[in-house]
Amino acid sequence: MKHTISVLVENQAGVLSKVASLFSRRGFNIDSLAVGETEDPAISRMTIVADGSDYTVEQIEKQLNKVIPVIKVKTLQEGKYISRMLSLFKVSVPADKRAEIMKIAEVMGAKVLDVTKTTITLEFCDTVERTETLQALLEPYGIKEMARTGAIAIEKGSSTVRK
Amino acid sequence: MISGARIMVECLEAEGVNVIFGYPGAAICPFYDALLDSSIRHILVRQEQNAGHAANGYARISGRPGVCVVTSGPGATNLVTAVASAYMDSIPIVAITGQVQSELIGRDVFQEADITGACEPFTKHSYLVKRTEDLPRIIKEAFYIASTGRPGPVLIDVPVDIQTNEIKGYKYPEAVDIIGYKPSLKGNGLQIKRACEAITAAKRPVICAGGGVFSSKAEHALLDFARKADIPVVNTLMGIGVIPSDDRLCLGMLGTHGVKMANEAIQGADLLLLCGARVGDRSMASPNQVAKRTKIIHIDVDPAEIGKNMQANIPIVGDLCSVLSQMYERIEPLEHSEWIEKCRSRSQLDMGEEDEGKYINPKRFMRLLSETAADDAILVADVGQNQIWSANCFKIRNGRFLTSGGMGTMGYSVPASVGAWTAADGRQVIAVCGDGSFQMQMMELGTIRQHGIKNKIIVMNNTKLGMVRELQDKNYGGRHSGVDLSGSPDFNLLAQAYGIPHARIDSMGEARSAINQMLSTDGPFLLECIVSPAEGSFV
Ligand SMILES: Cc1ncc(C[n+]2csc(CCOP(=O)(O)OP(=O)(O)O)c2C)c(N)n1
Ligand SMILES: [Mg+2]
Repeated sequence: MKHTISVLVENQAGVLSKVASLFSRRGFNIDSLAVGETEDPAISRMTIVADGSDYTVEQIEKQLNKVIPVIKVKTLQEGKYISRMLSLFKVSVPADKRAEIMKIAEVMGAKVLDVTKTTITLEFCDTVERTETLQALLEPYGIKEMARTGAIAIEKGSSTVRK
Repeated sequence: MISGARIMVECLEAEGVNVIFGYPGAAICPFYDALLDSSIRHILVRQEQNAGHAANGYARISGRPGVCVVTSGPGATNLVTAVASAYMDSIPIVAITGQVQSELIGRDVFQEADITGACEPFTKHSYLVKRTEDLPRIIKEAFYIASTGRPGPVLIDVPVDIQTNEIKGYKYPEAVDIIGYKPSLKGNGLQIKRACEAITAAKRPVICAGGGVFSSKAEHALLDFARKADIPVVNTLMGIGVIPSDDRLCLGMLGTHGVKMANEAIQGADLLLLCGARVGDRSMASPNQVAKRTKIIHIDVDPAEIGKNMQANIPIVGDLCSVLSQMYERIEPLEHSEWIEKCRSRSQLDMGEEDEGKYINPKRFMRLLSETAADDAILVADVGQNQIWSANCFKIRNGRFLTSGGMGTMGYSVPASVGAWTAADGRQVIAVCGDGSFQMQMMELGTIRQHGIKNKIIVMNNTKLGMVRELQDKNYGGRHSGVDLSGSPDFNLLAQAYGIPHARIDSMGEARSAINQMLSTDGPFLLECIVSPAEGSFV
């Protein structure tokens, strides 16, 4: 099962490798990892999507908590958070199919960033599931290249990870 | 103006460090230079791994972090095994490594090694120092992190320019404030109440005590609690000596190489109270089987240990000493004599034949040694059959038993006994090793000689890597591969070469007088015991 884990860390050198190496060392698989600054520049937030049983996730949480620069670890509850990932797709497209693709982009809410005689480049910011839907829709045309960030997530409502 | 090296030395002094174990090289020379003007005693080991093991032995006896210092590159990588061994046994050491110049890091210059990277899996925390100004805070934090919560090794990698840089001045911080590190001390009151209720309701409770008892200095709290609740105690390898072996509550060591009395108590128990024990695979082969029929209360300062190897019905996170004291206050006196008698009536140790003339019976020898040694003697066991003989047959009363439990690092005993001796304040310190493991550490005879260390070394010479030989007998149809140690030197001549008194015995008739001679010698002593190559480790 997939789990989305938010990790607040002190913003200092080496933290990313400490966290990442812990996952591989303890045999946990990471699907994606995104990291960036928070409202407090001394603190970074990592969002990790990992696959594993409840036992595995409990272990991940506990082991992460032992990393000294880790301040707070929280596994976000299914249905109680909003998550987004950003993707860029470069799709092969002959001139006669361009309109079709533009239509798909419009329906899905993707932005057209660049068009050439043979390709079209789309930007899409949405959930992992919807990103996969768009990808499936584009596949028949031929995806030449795709780049994705890891998912980032925040809880619904007024609560925050720290409190 | 004051140099980084000078600051390092002064900060160590401020931490109360009076001895460090080390080996110099170019990248740590500024520190070594500053050390000359300090009262801190430096013990020069003969290989860096042994500096780490010595710091380990020192820490376990003094109850304070041990310090080792080595140079960059090969000095640092030689230390890795010792750091990993300390990590697996939760021993507080502060390891300081020299590093190449900051601006050259990453260019693969001479003697550069990414040691914080290499040690990442085995350190509680590590630092690569970026500014001389940061040294005081980092050193303060390192000692704090190493020794609090679940103890462990902390590494400080100091580029040589950070050591030579001069700054205007510094203030050694009085306290640390790390937002992500606040080890919990007291146990949750509700959990303690639940635990005490469960213990009161239990008919056949057993305490399983591990190395965490020593980390938390909870020996007295454990004994007080066990007595008030009248619960027998089994111990892990790391927990040997948590309560005196001659106490009526002490059932001995559990596990693959443990004693029947302890293992059968676990099998028969209806409640198991785990105290600072992580239930490693060698202690309990199938913890889930045990958990099925037994109520489990698990006390550990590291929440990650609870539920890792064994599901707990009542988890209690906190410092063992405080939790046990809290439980002591709460529990009503209980009585389990019948259960304890039943546990104790089970099979006794099989000590083998008294004397076969040609060989030393290592089990009987270890028993005799423990009867002859001082009440508070410290036994440092190596790894192999010799470790099992030591663990099961040497009875710890008020002394300590040190060994490399989690990692099983051969070559631990002699350097660890050097460190232990420097902290032991005149108590007897005896290292026991095999002929294989001795040859991984025999260069330390030089250290012992040079620094006036008065430890005793017993080499159980069975001309084999006995433990592996035994495994090959059991699981590989007796095909012996790579376990013959012919070519070993004459260990007595070797001791003689270092000017260390020595003796060799090959019959139990000589054992008592040899032990007496060894213990009454004012200085180090090497005693070689000729053991049958066919001797087994099980008791
Ligand atoms: C550094 C290291 N290398 C290899 C081993 C594997 N090993 C465990 S016990 C043992 C044999 C030890 O032989 P010896 O020191 O003579 O002790 P004995 O078992 O004969 O008493 C070996 C090789 C180990 N534990 N540590
Ligand atoms: Mg041997």
